[in-house]
Amino acid sequence: MRAFTQHQGVVAPMDRSNVDTDMIIPKQFLKSIKRTGFGPNLFDELRYMDEGKPDQDCSTRPINPDFVLNQDRYKDASVLLARRNFGCGSSREHAPWALEDFGFRAIIAPSFADIFYNNCFKNGLLPIVLPEEVVDQLFREVEQSEGYQLAVDLEARTVTTPAGETFTFEVDDFRRHCLLNGLDDIGVTLEDAELIRSYEESRRKTAPWLFGAGR
Amino acid sequence: MAGKTLYDKLWDDHLVKQRDDGSALIYIDRHLLHEVTSPQAFEGLRLAERRPWRIDANIATPDHNVPTTDRARGVEGIVDPVSRIQVETLDKNCDEFGILEFKIKDQRQGIVHVIGPEQGATLPGMSIVCGDSHTSTHGAFGCLAHGIGTSEVEHVLATQCLVQQKMKNMLVKVNGKLGPGVTGKDVVLAIISKIGTAGGTGHAIEFGGEAIRGLSMEARMTICNMSIEAGARVGMVAVDDTTIDYVRGRPFAPKGEQWDAAVEYWRSLHSDDDAVFDKVVELEGADIQPQVSWGTSPEMVVGIEGNVPDPDQESDPIKREGIVRALKYMGLQPNTAITDIKLDRVFIGSCTNSRIEDLREAAAVVKGRKVSPILKQAMVVPGSGLVKVQAEQEGLDKIFIEAGLEWRDPGCSMCLAMNADKLGQGEHCASTSNRNFEGRQGFGGRTHLVSPAMAAAAAVTGHFVDVRQLLN
Repeated sequence: MRAFTQHQGVVAPMDRSNVDTDMIIPKQFLKSIKRTGFGPNLFDELRYMDEGKPDQDCSTRPINPDFVLNQDRYKDASVLLARRNFGCGSSREHAPWALEDFGFRAIIAPSFADIFYNNCFKNGLLPIVLPEEVVDQLFREVEQSEGYQLAVDLEARTVTTPAGETFTFEVDDFRRHCLLNGLDDIGVTLEDAELIRSYEESRRKTAPWLFGAGR
Repeated sequence: MAGKTLYDKLWDDHLVKQRDDGSALIYIDRHLLHEVTSPQAFEGLRLAERRPWRIDANIATPDHNVPTTDRARGVEGIVDPVSRIQVETLDKNCDEFGILEFKIKDQRQGIVHVIGPEQGATLPGMSIVCGDSHTSTHGAFGCLAHGIGTSEVEHVLATQCLVQQKMKNMLVKVNGKLGPGVTGKDVVLAIISKIGTAGGTGHAIEFGGEAIRGLSMEARMTICNMSIEAGARVGMVAVDDTTIDYVRGRPFAPKGEQWDAAVEYWRSLHSDDDAVFDKVVELEGADIQPQVSWGTSPEMVVGIEGNVPDPDQESDPIKREGIVRALKYMGLQPNTAITDIKLDRVFIGSCTNSRIEDLREAAAVVKGRKVSPILKQAMVVPGSGLVKVQAEQEGLDKIFIEAGLEWRDPGCSMCLAMNADKLGQGEHCASTSNRNFEGRQGFGGRTHLVSPAMAAAAAVTGHFVDVRQLLN
């Protein structure tokens, strides 16, 4: 996994609450058996005027000029500013894959859905929770200033505005540690293989019915 | 010291290691797999030269992409080549690693959240995960069950564990009794409408109270299934006689002495009387009407006697904007009576409502009636091959077919339209599924979430109607 330490980039405002993962990446693109290539279909139904199909050349499709990511000033955005409950619904990891493939490195919102929040960390994408009034302020600043950028520092747990205003955010230590170092968390877990085996052995004695079913 | 909640007990029983940084290693008893969220996990396993930790913990089935007609040809019969490759990939992965899979032509194939309980592969007290947010369904058995992403599917395959942070405890209590014609689906829609789609975020919800205790396992599964629509990954119901009676005799359920030992343990799977919850919400069962969603989020729901809301009456600007956007997408005017919404299609199925009891409830309404000629289509998609067989033994298929509904083969179908079953642009659908998101059931499609009985009532009238009037 790609590590995340610091990042500064153009901010795109996604001004709607309850953005669900069906919206982030519609179902027809979930048929892929790969982890990559979802970027052109990120927000497909909002971004294009037609119905998208898998493996299609998106460069010739009719685009929705009103959609935020189709506006020139946000085309190179790498920080997404969003509203409440971002990423709700389906557990599809294709959602963070699509956001990452498009070029996003961080998402700022007042709240995230649990599964999406967790999936982001597995893909070098940092979800940042900031208070609603701060998010409101950032929305106003983004709209007022073209090329508006934010600087994110995961080590320091801060977001800094162009004016130098700094906001701190919470992130739990394990997720932060893995993301800072780009760690494969399966490898970390397997360091405890002996503990897992001894747990299993004791469960085999106390609850033997839990074993042997799937074969 | 305060007693433990059901979630506390399940957590403690699966704790392999508590780390100093607040994270914990949690052991996973059962891992369910389907074709959409597993291929990249198996690929990751191969790239890292790892093997599955415990083969017998895994059970797989294809469900999202499978067609619901012409199933005799099996995988070869999947017309869409991209869908076919995904199902073939699951078959190949399961064959290579020796994972038990109910393949497309197996009678036990079905929606992953229907077949787990049906097979007794879902047992009380288990920790159960699947790369699918509706894994919360299994919490109806007093399980710690939740959806995970594909990276975590790989993590569970490789280690039989997940790295977790403990959630908070939330109790949703439904007091008293439900009125006639009011089902588990109406209860959970009423709960979501009350607490909102983020009301349970960060929490494990336990559903309790007299109304929940009085429900069948099917209805409890419907409620737990949609706890994710209230933001909670985990939804649970305490174990009681209803749970144990349902599990008894199922193929993978314990037998003999092991059964007795298991039941003794399962009886402890409830919150202690003095357990403390971080959040408690109460509803009165008698107040719950049959529910219909009008918008594009599962919290946008009203009772059948209600109207589509007026955004001008909403004081929160973000919610107001949400209502305006939803009404535009749904093609609805503020203050329209729910019973005036015209429908194009009816879908009875999905992991929320495709079990035998759901089909019985729908059949009871359509029996002796005909599908409205206004509709383009009304379809019934049983949750598994075995549900289909049982329904046919009970003659439900004949009732549906005589009324003019289509009787299909099992799969996720029009709940998310990954196969050929989908809505056309602008079409309104009365659907027993779980999500009314934009485009969920097809590009530009308009979903209204209802119970099977309400969907059946809509099928025979062509618009929403209070099913209680048809049952009298």
